Amino acid sequence: MAIKQEEIHKLLKEGFPDADIEINDLAGDDNHYAAKIRSSQFKGKTRVQQHQMVYASLKGKMGNELHALALTTEEK
Amino acid sequence: MTNINEKIKDIINNNNVVLFMKGTPEMPQCGFSMTVSNILKKLNVKFSGIDVLADPEIRQGIKDFSNWPTVPQLYIKGEFIGGCDIAKEMYEKGELQKILKVNII
Repeated sequence: MAIKQEEIHKLLKEGFPDADIEINDLAGDDNHYAAKIRSSQFKGKTRVQQHQMVYASLKGKMGNELHALALTTEEK
Repeated sequence: MTNINEKIKDIINNNNVVLFMKGTPEMPQCGFSMTVSNILKKLNVKFSGIDVLADPEIRQGIKDFSNWPTVPQLYIKGEFIGGCDIAKEMYEKGELQKILKVNII
């Protein structure tokens, strides 16, 4: 039930090639992260849609291997 | 599957504000659920807290229903507002208060 920061970064970058991505390991346990993502792909989307896009890019890991990912999404 | 969707639809249509959460508003079992529950309490909002830990069917069902992989999940007037991050951001920006006011909750 853990996932490396590099793995999250890689998946996010695949989903959002143009994005500025900032990830913090909140507890140092590979399980609680915060991510800030700025991408042009968020343009015109609601916050819910933006977060759904991020979860989709994580391919089912959210809520499973990845227990907690506090998200901030912004248009670029 | 269809049954659980109907059940969830009933819950969110019959309550102005619904929080699907781990634990209860009185005793949250997860920090994220507690955060949203506390925001609603601070705003003096009457809400219905649904403990997903008490019902495995709802626990999975609400994730599929909302296309959202985590709990808590906040619904206002049948509309999915978001999880902890969004609820917190909207509260801090005063947007949540606005939605509640518009709906006279």
